[in-house]
Amino acid sequence: MPRVIDTLRLTAEEARGLLDRREVSAAELRAAYREAIDARNDELHCFLTLVDDDGNEGVPIALKDVISTKGIETTAGSEILKGYVPVFDSTVAARCKAAGLQLLGKTNTDEFAMGSSTENSAFGPSRNPWDPTRVPGGSGGGSAAAVSAGLTPWALGSDTGGSIKQPSSLCGNVGLRPTYGTVSRYGIVAFASSLDQVGPVTKTVRDNALLYGIISGRDECDSTTVDVPAVELPDAEDLKGLRVGVPKELNEAEGIEPGVADAVRRAIGLCSELGADVGECELPRSVEYGLPCYYLIAPAEASSNLARYDGVRYALRREADGYYEMVSRTRDAGFGDEPKRRIMLGTYALSAGYYEAYYGQAQKVRTVISREFAAAFEHFDVLVSPTSPTVAFKLGEKTENPLAMYLADVLTIPPNMAGLPGLSIPSGLSEGLPVGLQLIGPQFSENTLFRAGHALERAIGFDPVPERLR
Amino acid sequence: MAITRDDVLHVAALARLELTEDEIARLEVQLNDILAAVGKVSELDLSDVPPTSHPLAVVNVFRPDEPRPSLPLEDVFANAPERDGDHFRVPPTGETAA
Amino acid sequence: MAEWEPVVGLEIHVQLKTRTKMFCRCANSFATEPNTQTYPVCLAFPGTLPTPNETAVEWTLKLGLALGCEIAARALFHRKHYPYPDLPKGYQISQYDEPLCLDGRFTLPGPDGDSEVGIVRAHLEEDAAKTIHVGGATGRIVGAAHSNIDFNRGGTPLVEIVTRPDIRSADQAKRFLQLLRQTIVELGLSDAEMEKGQLRADANVSVREAGETVYRTRTELKNMNSFNHIARGIDAEVRRQIATWEAGGEVVQETLDYEVKSDTVTPRRRKEEADDYRYFPEPDLVPLEPAAELLERLKAELPELPGARIRRFEREYALPFYDAEVLNGSAALAALYERVALDGVDAKAASNVLMNDFVATGVDPAVVNAQELAKVIGARATIPRATFAKALAESGDPEFKADAYLGEALVADASELEPLVDRILADNPGQVAAYKGGKEGLLGYFVGQVMKETEGKADPKVVNDLLREKLG
Ligand SMILES: [Mg+2]
Ligand SMILES: [Zn+2]
Repeated sequence: MPRVIDTLRLTAEEARGLLDRREVSAAELRAAYREAIDARNDELHCFLTLVDDDGNEGVPIALKDVISTKGIETTAGSEILKGYVPVFDSTVAARCKAAGLQLLGKTNTDEFAMGSSTENSAFGPSRNPWDPTRVPGGSGGGSAAAVSAGLTPWALGSDTGGSIKQPSSLCGNVGLRPTYGTVSRYGIVAFASSLDQVGPVTKTVRDNALLYGIISGRDECDSTTVDVPAVELPDAEDLKGLRVGVPKELNEAEGIEPGVADAVRRAIGLCSELGADVGECELPRSVEYGLPCYYLIAPAEASSNLARYDGVRYALRREADGYYEMVSRTRDAGFGDEPKRRIMLGTYALSAGYYEAYYGQAQKVRTVISREFAAAFEHFDVLVSPTSPTVAFKLGEKTENPLAMYLADVLTIPPNMAGLPGLSIPSGLSEGLPVGLQLIGPQFSENTLFRAGHALERAIGFDPVPERLR
Repeated sequence: MAITRDDVLHVAALARLELTEDEIARLEVQLNDILAAVGKVSELDLSDVPPTSHPLAVVNVFRPDEPRPSLPLEDVFANAPERDGDHFRVPPTGETAA
Repeated sequence: MAEWEPVVGLEIHVQLKTRTKMFCRCANSFATEPNTQTYPVCLAFPGTLPTPNETAVEWTLKLGLALGCEIAARALFHRKHYPYPDLPKGYQISQYDEPLCLDGRFTLPGPDGDSEVGIVRAHLEEDAAKTIHVGGATGRIVGAAHSNIDFNRGGTPLVEIVTRPDIRSADQAKRFLQLLRQTIVELGLSDAEMEKGQLRADANVSVREAGETVYRTRTELKNMNSFNHIARGIDAEVRRQIATWEAGGEVVQETLDYEVKSDTVTPRRRKEEADDYRYFPEPDLVPLEPAAELLERLKAELPELPGARIRRFEREYALPFYDAEVLNGSAALAALYERVALDGVDAKAASNVLMNDFVATGVDPAVVNAQELAKVIGARATIPRATFAKALAESGDPEFKADAYLGEALVADASELEPLVDRILADNPGQVAAYKGGKEGLLGYFVGQVMKETEGKADPKVVNDLLREKLG
């Protein structure tokens, strides 16, 4: 009798065990996830493209649709890339393939990864498996919702301002935004090059470490990548000797919901119980100036990165009599509101006369933020805070007000500006919705984050399966 | 530094976006709001602070000067909206390069 | 009428002949079918990233050292945005305020001493692709029916050199470019052939009245594809500016094309907003910090440069400037000259032969056996002219030996030549009478007749003496 596979609960590590022990076949495993997708994707809209058997025999995976996959449409959630089929694999897709992972499909994203709710996808929003009237977060809402709803054991996302950590928080997943430069960006549809970083979205911290081990490391196609310390699969259940810092500003920022603050406070209490030394610290300017800094740097780089969509070599083209008219018309038709807004903002911030006041100044703020974190890490190994100030919000709640939407990333942005790794793990529920705990470490401290995350995950005992699906 | 309608049009031209009247009006308001918020960075006196253009302290990453095969033409043009023989075809530029 | 002084600065782009492109491992060769030297990177497919070519960086540093530049302790690549279909990313990766090489001085030897041309900077960037304008009445940009793009050249390495406005004449600009080109070629960085677009130069031109210390408005002159055209273009623009000022007008800052046929300049049409390049540091690349050991190695590898060699030739071989400059127009010719001169041949005689007769043969100086050639040049007074010319023409053969030509000595025996001289004088009584009447220039005529009859084998000195004696 074939084994019943509960995709809602099965971790990637367990799935690999089943395959290794030949208790299930690769085809059976794929079929189980396809069945879950058939059952729930219509409602949640996690996938933009589904992939039939790709010949691989490992654990299934889903990739955010900013990750180029050879022969498989890659849209970045944008009309302008609709129908674009890469002729090459991104390095992370190639590494997943080389590790034998079978691709289930490409997941929904805010257009060009610009957004915090997945509502900016040109192909319609994804929905939160805990409450489908709410957003799954973004931009990697498709990946997070898919993991949470058991449509894939794990997935890859990309994080510029918080697009892995924040949806992981809103969907009750474990999400890692790795240290900048540890995972290749080659073949990732670029949003903001000095910030973009690919990372795993998983059910457990151990799964996260496993997937990070597969995708990380120096890539000669990406000059900004470096060699990475060997990944250690965490198993310790205590936090003895770990110095945990609680940055005041990250934990008391305006807009943090009381239920979120409570869940995080409980988790901090657990840190002490598990043997960590917990203390307060400060990041006086990182939180206050992080968001403005980000909304200058990221749009400026985006305006440049999106200049290549000109209707000449790929994807959308609107005809016109002259070249410049063709390009302008193509771009107006192909880009949605949010990319246009950021292209305009970024172009302005880089334009003659404004560079020093905006982009130049923001780069200096970046230095200030890095220095503040470096000072905090002289006393602490890990800093903790909420990942998102709120639990999942309602669809449409913030779409009319870009600035309100931008605040969703106020807590994830500061460490991102400094190139730091951040791990979001579920730390309980507020109003029946998951709350994420953000663990921040110095550059290349992923192993420390995995260790701390794993011990806390055990102690918290969060059930990652959405209540309505149990 | 308020953004005027003319600024929006100028920036749209730089960004190669042919905006509708509706978009121009909306962007004028939104860009002013956003710039007012992000303009906060100029509160700080950072004259002595060096800029960070790259988050890692890495320098001198090169690759050797060794060729590898190029793409086959079918891949080069696989996604091309318009092709003329083995060239990408575009409407006339009508201008000379800058 | 005021005396006007041209003020010229040059911007030169040189294609490096590395094996691969600047940021992509496609082959760096253009003589191929369109779009066959391309890859997702140089086609700017989504998500692709640049990887810098180490050799291109080293060559730029080498050139910077040759131009007497400071090498920056830290340099950055920037993105330079402008909208054109041959720039697939919408920006060019270039260098902006932190280039690799800064503040150099290039010494330009001249007949009246050295002049110095300051180098503002030398930086590394990527070339644009090629746009081909198709259709339209003239086949030109304006009026073309459509444009076709070939990305083979896109992303190939380009060094940009910017001089200070230190150049004071079209001729000086031309000589600067020739020597710069020669330097680049000898460093092995590029073939730098202008006709192939491997070297491109734009000129920033202004004029001022003698004695003025500030610069007036300058224009940028483009579209010149030979050193002669550059000189003529500068002359044409200088004339236009002088006429403008003298007519009470104003020179406006603009970009101009030089039209060879009409020998005039015309303003260039361009998009107004194209000028806002929105430079910012290229986040896909990390900073460059040239290591001290690398710079030491590159310095040690620098050969003697042609500018210095010109002055050494003047000094060591007591040559006129003109000879030294021409002989150093190619490293191989200069090397051949030195080997011939060191073999004991008179330095000026060797120079005359190499600059004129030898160069006219088209033989590659690099393959000539210098010792054998030196023997031929040394004996040139004693062998027939035709034989000498034949020897030079064959000097590139691997089997080339001087002895084969020296055997055929001149007829220098007066008694052997005397009957011939007598006959020629007898056959030309009219000319003899004219000579005796004072037309002494006719001596050459009689020498010519003797040479003709002997097929150039008579020793001209002996023939001269004989004729003078007979004609009294
Ligand atoms: Mg240039
Ligand atoms: Zn290429």
